[in-house]
Amino acid sequence: MTFNWRQLALYGIIAAAGIAAPFVFPAYTLQITVMWVMILFAVTWDILGGQMGYNSLGNIFFFGVGMYTSAIVQIGLVYDVAKYASPVGGIKAVFTQEQYFTGLVLGFIAAALVCVMFSVILAYIVFGLRGPYFAIGTLGVTLSAGELTGAWEYVGGGGGIPMPVFPGEPDDRSLLFYFLGFGLAVITFLFVKWMFSGRFGLAANAIRDDEEKAEGMGIRTMRVKTTGFAVAAFFLGMSGALFGNMIGFVEPLEVAFPTVTFGIFMVIMCLLGGKGTLWGPVLGATLFHAFKEVTWTYMLGWQWVMLGSLIIILVVFFQQGLVGWMQEKWPEMFGIEIDEGTVAVALAGPEIDEGPRRGGAVQ
Amino acid sequence: MMDNLSLLVQAPVLNIQLLLDGLFIGAIFALAAYGLALVWGVMNVKNLAQGDFVIMGGYIAWFLSTWGIHPILGLPLAIVIMFGFGWVVYITIISRVIGKDLFTSLLATFGLALVIAQLLNLAFGPEVQAAESGFEINSFFDGMVTVANIKFISLILAGLLASMVITFMKFSRMGQAIRATAQDPRAAKVMGIDTERIYAFTFALNAAICGAAGALISMIWVIQPFFGIAHSIRSFVIVTAAGLGNLPGVIMAGLGLGVAEIYAGFVFGAELQQFTVVGLLVAILVWRQIQQRRHRQAVQ
Repeated sequence: MTFNWRQLALYGIIAAAGIAAPFVFPAYTLQITVMWVMILFAVTWDILGGQMGYNSLGNIFFFGVGMYTSAIVQIGLVYDVAKYASPVGGIKAVFTQEQYFTGLVLGFIAAALVCVMFSVILAYIVFGLRGPYFAIGTLGVTLSAGELTGAWEYVGGGGGIPMPVFPGEPDDRSLLFYFLGFGLAVITFLFVKWMFSGRFGLAANAIRDDEEKAEGMGIRTMRVKTTGFAVAAFFLGMSGALFGNMIGFVEPLEVAFPTVTFGIFMVIMCLLGGKGTLWGPVLGATLFHAFKEVTWTYMLGWQWVMLGSLIIILVVFFQQGLVGWMQEKWPEMFGIEIDEGTVAVALAGPEIDEGPRRGGAVQ
Repeated sequence: MMDNLSLLVQAPVLNIQLLLDGLFIGAIFALAAYGLALVWGVMNVKNLAQGDFVIMGGYIAWFLSTWGIHPILGLPLAIVIMFGFGWVVYITIISRVIGKDLFTSLLATFGLALVIAQLLNLAFGPEVQAAESGFEINSFFDGMVTVANIKFISLILAGLLASMVITFMKFSRMGQAIRATAQDPRAAKVMGIDTERIYAFTFALNAAICGAAGALISMIWVIQPFFGIAHSIRSFVIVTAAGLGNLPGVIMAGLGLGVAEIYAGFVFGAELQQFTVVGLLVAILVWRQIQQRRHRQAVQ
């Protein structure tokens, strides 16, 4: 029981901190909102990347799709989207309170549903690919989505499209989006925690360890993979809708489909925190975002070099991540959370040298 | 779009121009893709920094040309510098990820790609550059088709380099050792081949090939720090379409991709030229999958 109390206390502290944060640091509300979105990114990436062993480089696709879906729904409810988006002879758009909030709610719902739809279709395309092909394939899908959207004049093409303006005080606006982001991140986390506490989690880990055997054991691997993908898409789509509204301007390459920024951040955050663990992505996202916000502006153009080096260092030297490292170091602290794999390795004694695994595989 | 299509039908000579342009750049794509296939086949590393190696080679040639060294003379220098760079990268990064799972090498080289692109950006700025070669431009068909002499020269150089590499792989002691390591690293080790050195050499050779491709691209096309990822994806498209160890396939796929890209750029406009490459990648992956599914059914 003591463990549960500790866990409850942890949740209480996080909830209290999350609710108090925008009032304690009103100047940083936007940054903290982005942090919640980052946590959502990391947690949803981990569903496939960490737990199922399908390392996607293109999950950000759903972020962009959600963003554009919500934009089209929110604007389309009141105005003609093509006219609204066109740079010349555009209409002066004013949204009343009622119009805005109806649009916002419907936009969120539509974003989630459209993303789930896309994820099911995409699942047929990408899940036949294994290993690096999966990573490259998803990357390709996302890159091409960005390029295509840039050429789609209906939503403003490469010039982008402004989102409806919030009818009210700027402080209310940032608070609204803060709590939307906070709530979304918390719901995502709890949902993923619940999802991985049952059969689904076991099936996912079985797929990660050996997909053929899992299939042989009667797990419907395709169904499990598609479910995981759809859950990630559902929450990522909503986060996209949130982010678009918060930024106030949607543009294909930098905002909606930022493959080399957010798209790669989510991978790094998971690796930093420890992929395949529940708290790893949360920890990684928090640390990464805090570090990035503090140091980014002082690095004078070197930040991307630092980021690339960070990826290399993480991948080469620190693959297990912070939580994985802590689990290795103090396994008793995690009590029941030690998974069977670790125990099996411990029982099997010293690691068996399987010889060089590299090379040879001219596929 | 329709206008451009009808233009192609009305003036068939234009097709010759597009075809030639496509073949000239396609030959260089094939060169870089061959390097990727080499590393992929021998050490099972998917190098996402491939395109950035290419761009780096291009910047070496361009930088030397601003100092008054002709880019054709800069080409061997680019090869030598990139060979050394590849060796260093192997020792510092690749040798540590080579035995781990495949996503590791993909991600590590992605990080490397970011670093290279940003360092080039910091050093040379984000402007589009081209190395001035100073050769004249020939026109055919009453000026309808124009081809710069440098493009012919680059095609010849690309062919020459490719045949040199192939000869080297076929007949030299080192090339034989590389092929032996690709077939079975353990057996190669037993036979007294220092596989670690072979891996280092292979990776450095790949970087050198990329350097050569980049120097050629800087002469006949343009380079920019962030064009690397597009070149990486081109190499992946070619290798995935052709399959590993299929040299004629790589050449055909490279030339085909060059032509497809130039045509798409002309017909759909420049914005969709990038999309063509990425879209082709997705299409090829999907097609391969359908093929495999059929194969699996046949086996069952």
